[in-house]
Amino acid sequence: MDHLPNLVAEARDAIDAAQDIPALDEVRVRYLGKKGEITALLKGLGKLPPEERPAAGERINQAKQELGSELDRRRQLLEKAALDARLAAERLDVTLPGRGQESGGLHPVTRTLERIEGLFTRIGFDVAVGPEIEDDYHNFEALNIPAHHPARGMADTFYFDATRLLRTHTSPVQVRTMKSEEPPIRIVCPGRVYRSDSDLTHTPMFHQVEGLLVDEDVSFADLKGTIEDFLHAFFERDDLSVRFRPSYFPFTEPSAEVDIECVMCSGDGCRVCSHSGWLEVMGCGMVHPEVFHHAGIDTERYKGFAFGMGAERLAMLRYGVNDLRLFFENDLRFLRQFA
Amino acid sequence: MKFSEQWLREWVSPQLATQALADQITMAGLEVDAVEPVAAAFKGVVVAEVVDKAQHPDADKLNVCQVADGSGETVQVVCGAPNVAVGQKVAFAQVGAVLPGDFKIKKAKLRGVESRGMICSASELGLEEETSPGIMELPLDAPAGEDFRAWMGLDDSTIEVDLTPNRGDCLSIKGMAREAGVLNRLAVEGPAMSPVAATHDETFPVQVHDGERCPRYIGRLIKGVDVTAETPLWMVERLRRSGVRSIDPVVDITNYVMLELGQPLHAFDRANLHERVEVRLARAGEQLTLLDGQEIALRDDTLVIADSRGALAIAGVMGGEHSGVNAETQDIFLESAFFTQLAVAGQARSYGLHTDASHRFERGVDPELTHIAVERATALLLEITGGEPGPLIEAASAEHLPAPRQIVLRRSRLDQALGLSLPLEDVTDILERLGMPVEADDHSWRVAVPSWRFDVAIEEDLIEEVARIHGYNRLPVRRPQARLGLRPDGETQQPLSRLRRQMVARGYQEAISYSFVAPELQKTLLPQAVAPTLANPISSDMSVMRASLFPGLIKALEHNLNRQQSRVRLFETGLVFRGELDALSQIPMMGALVCGNRDPEGWAASGDKVDFYDLKGDLESLLAMGGEPDAWRFEPGEHSALHPGQAARVLYRGEEAGWIGTLHPAVRAELGLKVEAVLFEVRLDALTQGQLPAFTPLSRYPEVRRDLAILVEESLPVQSLLDCLREQAGEWLTEINLFDVYQGKGVEDGHKSVALGLTWQHPSRTLNDEEINQLVDAIVTESGQRFGARLRS
Repeated sequence: MDHLPNLVAEARDAIDAAQDIPALDEVRVRYLGKKGEITALLKGLGKLPPEERPAAGERINQAKQELGSELDRRRQLLEKAALDARLAAERLDVTLPGRGQESGGLHPVTRTLERIEGLFTRIGFDVAVGPEIEDDYHNFEALNIPAHHPARGMADTFYFDATRLLRTHTSPVQVRTMKSEEPPIRIVCPGRVYRSDSDLTHTPMFHQVEGLLVDEDVSFADLKGTIEDFLHAFFERDDLSVRFRPSYFPFTEPSAEVDIECVMCSGDGCRVCSHSGWLEVMGCGMVHPEVFHHAGIDTERYKGFAFGMGAERLAMLRYGVNDLRLFFENDLRFLRQFA
Repeated sequence: MKFSEQWLREWVSPQLATQALADQITMAGLEVDAVEPVAAAFKGVVVAEVVDKAQHPDADKLNVCQVADGSGETVQVVCGAPNVAVGQKVAFAQVGAVLPGDFKIKKAKLRGVESRGMICSASELGLEEETSPGIMELPLDAPAGEDFRAWMGLDDSTIEVDLTPNRGDCLSIKGMAREAGVLNRLAVEGPAMSPVAATHDETFPVQVHDGERCPRYIGRLIKGVDVTAETPLWMVERLRRSGVRSIDPVVDITNYVMLELGQPLHAFDRANLHERVEVRLARAGEQLTLLDGQEIALRDDTLVIADSRGALAIAGVMGGEHSGVNAETQDIFLESAFFTQLAVAGQARSYGLHTDASHRFERGVDPELTHIAVERATALLLEITGGEPGPLIEAASAEHLPAPRQIVLRRSRLDQALGLSLPLEDVTDILERLGMPVEADDHSWRVAVPSWRFDVAIEEDLIEEVARIHGYNRLPVRRPQARLGLRPDGETQQPLSRLRRQMVARGYQEAISYSFVAPELQKTLLPQAVAPTLANPISSDMSVMRASLFPGLIKALEHNLNRQQSRVRLFETGLVFRGELDALSQIPMMGALVCGNRDPEGWAASGDKVDFYDLKGDLESLLAMGGEPDAWRFEPGEHSALHPGQAARVLYRGEEAGWIGTLHPAVRAELGLKVEAVLFEVRLDALTQGQLPAFTPLSRYPEVRRDLAILVEESLPVQSLLDCLREQAGEWLTEINLFDVYQGKGVEDGHKSVALGLTWQHPSRTLNDEEINQLVDAIVTESGQRFGARLRS
């Protein structure tokens, strides 16, 4: 019994000296295990006179508890150290790039078309599409552009033969829709169109979105409201100035060109707006009665408005692209900028 | 149309500065393209008289002149111009003057002789672009001492208007003045014009054989004109400011009247007219040498002016060389005619011409101008070239002249269209100022359409006129109203936008390439393809419509490879065009191309190249979106652009829907492509199809899985084996997973081991080993019989 303090001191040293969990377990076994030295002392209590037993027992149990908590403390310490070591070993450079496929991107024109479609479909327009090789009737005649009309010179047309051509606008889709559906009609027609023009500011193919609304009691005021809302929404600027300038399209009457305050210089005048402060972005007007006649729509009952815009032009203004031709080169360095 | 602001202001002069006037015109629908000063900035130049001229003592080509510049003293100036002469009125830059280009005039000594100023040429004053050979000679009545700039009215602008094709009526000062007048509610008044009395009665026979194309033709003989007379400076200046060069007085006057009133005129040399003037259709192949020296063969749908010997001019387009006025001309036959739009439309263009006359006639010239213009031109000729006018010779066919038209504009329609109600007097005023006499009551305006407004035919045209003059931007704004109706939305249809996004998610950039491609490229890829060819392509490498998305994708690949982009993943959607025009299919498709490394370059990337199965996996991810993967099959096939051993026809519900494969090495060689590429294209109508998900209850009983390694001949498509397995594996088979294909050690040459994991599950009980064993036996037996397959031991 007298060596208990020594034994406890020795065990403490052994606990402190244990450098890992197995070593600590050995210490526990050696002192507190079934055959451990402290355990042995307890077992030896019987040899003491009965009056000494309670006090001795208490001392031994106290020592046992002390060592037990010493062991737990040491174990926690060692476990934490072990975890720390493992975590340290498992450290990754989290700044390294991730693994796997990088994502691609939509073409800026598609992005623009989808955005325009989205704005209009949300207020109840449908999307309509049609063929790109068209006939003279749908591309011109039905739109009040008879043969030899000076307006035919406005759009230089790609022909296949005397009557078949690449559509110069998506208006033929409007014609087809008006022939096949009853008013009210609300559609937008996105798509490729073609004009035989190729220079810095023209490509022989480009994209248009045209819109058509036919209903009772539709007025020029509705057209203005729709266009203004659209331009404000598209450019996300409610204070963007919009103006309507009388113009001429054979298929609308009255007709207007739509200018917006130059988005590059806020109307102060710059190269992009030829120092006018204004940018022409759309054409529009009230559907010409002749177009309704071709489509079999009662002009006394129904009125309609139509508008059209070039997707590339809007994409250029929106994203600051300064060269139209880039849209069709499919250069990855260009395309990746719109992902 | 270019015109001088001052000239316009002679007719109507709104209280507006130049730019404000231009803006106002633009906002009325006559778009002003440019406003340019008619002369560059200069100052200190006065009108002066040359009072003395002496040879410079030390220079042959210089003269020492004394000029009277109104200061009271004569000023000595050294002048090198060959045409300087005593008595001339000249533009004289005094010492202190600043000429265009910031050229300051100082006192100078030229070869020892003092020179105080400079006598200017037109080019030195910025009035001519080409360097003038001599000094500018001013009219003798020019007031010496007057500021030259003010006297010439050079503080003027040229306004250039880009007119829409419906507004032929504005191709003149008169027309523009009418617009400016109504916009500012001002009266318009041009110079006084009145008929000229004939001083002889000689005429010349005129026969119009085609009254439909030429409803009115007026001629007049003017004898004894002096073609060598000088066109007065004021006219030269007005022409110059309108972008027209002075030629000779007769041509200048016809041009001037055309600019002023809008009526093209033509002057023939009477001496070159034989027997009569005829207006008739040309005979096919009839020859004509045009004013510009060009020799053309006429078509028989072309209206010409002819004499007894043949065609002299294309009506309303251009005169001929031989009948025109020249320096020897003494008597002229002046033509003022009304040719209809249809008679002239397309004619100029068909001969590769475009003239001021054709531009106007195609857009419509006021038939009531014929008389006014011929009288105006005659008066100017008499004033400038002198001469004896004869009586007017007129051939008109009344039934072909445009009939007077009336249109009723209903108040209700006007209000409805504009969304506001304008006061009756305002509408009436607008219409009347536009030259449209009106009878108004409370419900409508009965409007007489003026002869110059070919574009006004229906009620809506009048609505536009009222709206335009009132101002579009003053009209109300509102939002359209509509009934909120839900529309059907096919859930089984995959929107194209979803398919596109799937490709984007798998690392593809979207391409948009031209729908027309180089025929050679298309032929190399698809020698059998039939696609429409453009009659008027922009260039030969954009002349045939694409029959496939492959040419465009390959062109885009080449573009990127040439720019050090070696890893290319592109897709495109759009129409392809197949068949002759009369049996044409315009088919929406999606196509894709991969090339280069499978993974983007990176520290963890394998560096492996993409192959067929990479692209197939991407395509399968699209096919899976429709929810019916079993509707799609890939079967080995041959395609001209694709590697014969690495090409598959893609079938949807048993129908060919597209192709996938590796670009054929021979095709690559022909295109000079050094790298491999894999492509697919599939019809969008198939890709967008799908089916509704249909729920099957989840079984609570355990799955049974058996892995089989089956040995088959190398050439056997795995699909055949899978089909056989599915047939034999019973109705409780839930999944087949093909997890390995092995060739090599332990597998006989020419064979492959296909490792498959089959999973069964019964919805309402536990499957026992015995029944699974039977199914496996059936699989082994059947595949053994069909393909000689056996289990790998």
